[in-house]
Amino acid sequence: MRQELNLSGGTAVLTRANPLSKFAAVFLVTLVLALSIDWVSASVALACELLLFPLAGLTLTLLWQRGWPLILAAAVGGWSTSILAADSGRTLIDVGIWTMSEGSLETGAGFLLRGLAIALPAVLLMSCTDPTDLADALAQKARLPHRFVLGTLAAMRLVGLMAEEWQTIGMARRARGVGSRGSVGQRIKATLGQSFGLLVQAIRRASRLAVTMEARGFGGGERTWARESTFSALDVWVVAGGALISGLAVTAAVSAGTWNMVWLGQ
Amino acid sequence: MPAPSQHGSPAVRPAAVSAHGWGWRHAGRTRPAVHALDLDIRPGERVLLLGPSGAGKSTLLHALAGVLGDADDDGEAAESDESGSLLVDGAPPRSRRGRAGLMQQDPETQVVLSRVGDDVAFGAENLAVPRDDIWTRVHEALADVGLSHLSLDHPTSALSGGQKQRLALAGILAMRPGLILLDEPTANLDPAGVLEVRDAVARCLDKTGATLVVVEHRVGVWKDLVDRIVVLQPGSASDPAVLLDGPPDTVLEGAREMLKTAGVWVPGYVPATRHRTAASPADGDLLLAADNLAVSRERPRRSRFRKIPPVPVQEGIAAQVISGQALAITGPNGAGKSTFALTLGGLLAPVAGTVGAEPRLGQGAGPDPYRWKAEQLIERIGTVFQEPEHQFVTGRVLDELQFGPRHLGHGAERVDELLERLRLTGLVGANPYTLSGGEKRRLSVATVLAASPRVLILDEPTFGQDANTWAELASFLTELLDTGTAVVSVTHDAEFTAALGGAELRLSAPERVAP
Repeated sequence: MRQELNLSGGTAVLTRANPLSKFAAVFLVTLVLALSIDWVSASVALACELLLFPLAGLTLTLLWQRGWPLILAAAVGGWSTSILAADSGRTLIDVGIWTMSEGSLETGAGFLLRGLAIALPAVLLMSCTDPTDLADALAQKARLPHRFVLGTLAAMRLVGLMAEEWQTIGMARRARGVGSRGSVGQRIKATLGQSFGLLVQAIRRASRLAVTMEARGFGGGERTWARESTFSALDVWVVAGGALISGLAVTAAVSAGTWNMVWLGQ
Repeated sequence: MPAPSQHGSPAVRPAAVSAHGWGWRHAGRTRPAVHALDLDIRPGERVLLLGPSGAGKSTLLHALAGVLGDADDDGEAAESDESGSLLVDGAPPRSRRGRAGLMQQDPETQVVLSRVGDDVAFGAENLAVPRDDIWTRVHEALADVGLSHLSLDHPTSALSGGQKQRLALAGILAMRPGLILLDEPTANLDPAGVLEVRDAVARCLDKTGATLVVVEHRVGVWKDLVDRIVVLQPGSASDPAVLLDGPPDTVLEGAREMLKTAGVWVPGYVPATRHRTAASPADGDLLLAADNLAVSRERPRRSRFRKIPPVPVQEGIAAQVISGQALAITGPNGAGKSTFALTLGGLLAPVAGTVGAEPRLGQGAGPDPYRWKAEQLIERIGTVFQEPEHQFVTGRVLDELQFGPRHLGHGAERVDELLERLRLTGLVGANPYTLSGGEKRRLSVATVLAASPRVLILDEPTFGQDANTWAELASFLTELLDTGTAVVSVTHDAEFTAALGGAELRLSAPERVAP
């Protein structure tokens, strides 16, 4: 848990790009996909994204480990859409109230691909972006208030710590006779108590951390940055890459005649 | 190692401290934490601050660091109360950002950022030091505290407690403060960590000449490093805040008895404890045994319907817990002592091997403590955690003590006896979280004992405790042993082990190379 907050394979090309340019690229791709529900633009974007994964140091296994909730959500969304969407064309499956036709299957596939194509860039972004670098970029380049950005960053380090603390408090309470086994009601009660214990510890730790930060001069006016957040030629490539993927997706969909603006309807 | 260059780094100017009639009352308290303090510390002096808990030592350090009663602190500043004057270099500490650096007790909260280099740079950044100078300072500071072998992007979460405290010291040094404030910097560390930190502090002071104020119970650790000891006493209208003040040897000689009474660990002093009366090792009955046990805090991972057991921190442990006998679990940090104790106490599942309770302990609940229900567990094996607050489950000392017996459907006949014996009678109405460190420790032992377990397991029960609490605890445990309870303690404290007697199980460091 604590290690996951740091980057393990920090040598991939995309880890060196500025987090803000990565954000911009992801935004461009996501925007296009949000505009239209069709399977052509989504599959073009998805194919391009999959090609980019090695650049972020990701393998398929890692991708699944980090992004499985999103991937699962996309799959469920696609499945239910193909069942529920308005039918058109030949009927493929008919089980009582559920029917799946060529038309609804197409919409469902579009949904699934689009979900994946939107989810994957987010996984990709988080996998190749160090939280510290992100904070630097947000404070130095996006000019967000540094008190807020650095405060959040320091608090995030405590989150990993709290996961360990949760386990310890659970054991400590069992040693006092508060069982986390038993009926549903007992378990809920035990979990509430444990959450309260964790909350108390979290507040204690947070206030001590705040004293540490203040004693190191945090919270004053001017500050310098030991790590300069910079843009380089790589960032031009990253943004251009984002623009290229979104451009390709639109062009392919329009020329295939599947481009289908969300708000224009069928 | 070559001497770090002084390139571009003007020498540190040590800070002077002067307090005149200074007092501070925390918001919501009736009594002041510090009252009428008169104290002058010359630039470059090294002062050890002693005194019983409640004498306001931490309050003074926080004030000197300029972090006391911040307006952001839940808006409490409006209700807290300051009197007299406290100056660093002739100005209020708050206006002297960066002149003082403060290190606190809990290593986890002394680290701010997740990479070593960034963490050291943090303070210097806040003081608006130019970027190139920051990295010069970072390298120099890491070398000074003996951490230069770590790369700048080494994760701070992978450091030991002693390393974290040295990292915090580096972060302070990178600010080039004239005043270094240490608030029980080694209370949470094992003996090796204590010396690590003490030596790093000594080296840095020799190099920078900064003024030092350190608060610590263990006088022996700091005696040779400081040139003055100041003893504070709790604030009151009639007495001065400074009880004693002078060179270490003079103060320790002149006030040895008084300091002992106040629970200070004076060098060469081991508090007298009660001796065991019924100590005859052959008498006890076997209650609990560990056989070829492998332990880990991690749970097994599930992968494709198979369970992959975690990598154990320690394996092949064999131990016997016998009624009326003490068992001390010792060994270096990372050897899995606490993990073993938790497994023995039925709180963690063994990775391999067994923990087996004899029928006379299990009494119908079966041989595996981990499978016992919580109510079954607490009247058989009681575990006292290192951090007492982890075990508090109610909002009042009395409820806390009655909690176990009530769950078991017992009467609370043992409660009064424990209250009396562990000097908690006057505190029955207090909130457990507001107690002092020693009181919390005594309460956590009492709450676990209220369920009358036959085996008592304690994890580092003497960490950070003053000599009085230490002696009380050791004496109390010998009584418990005499009545036939088995006492297992995880400890680095050789004197404590000696006071309880019994067997010692020494776990060795894991063979895997630490990252």
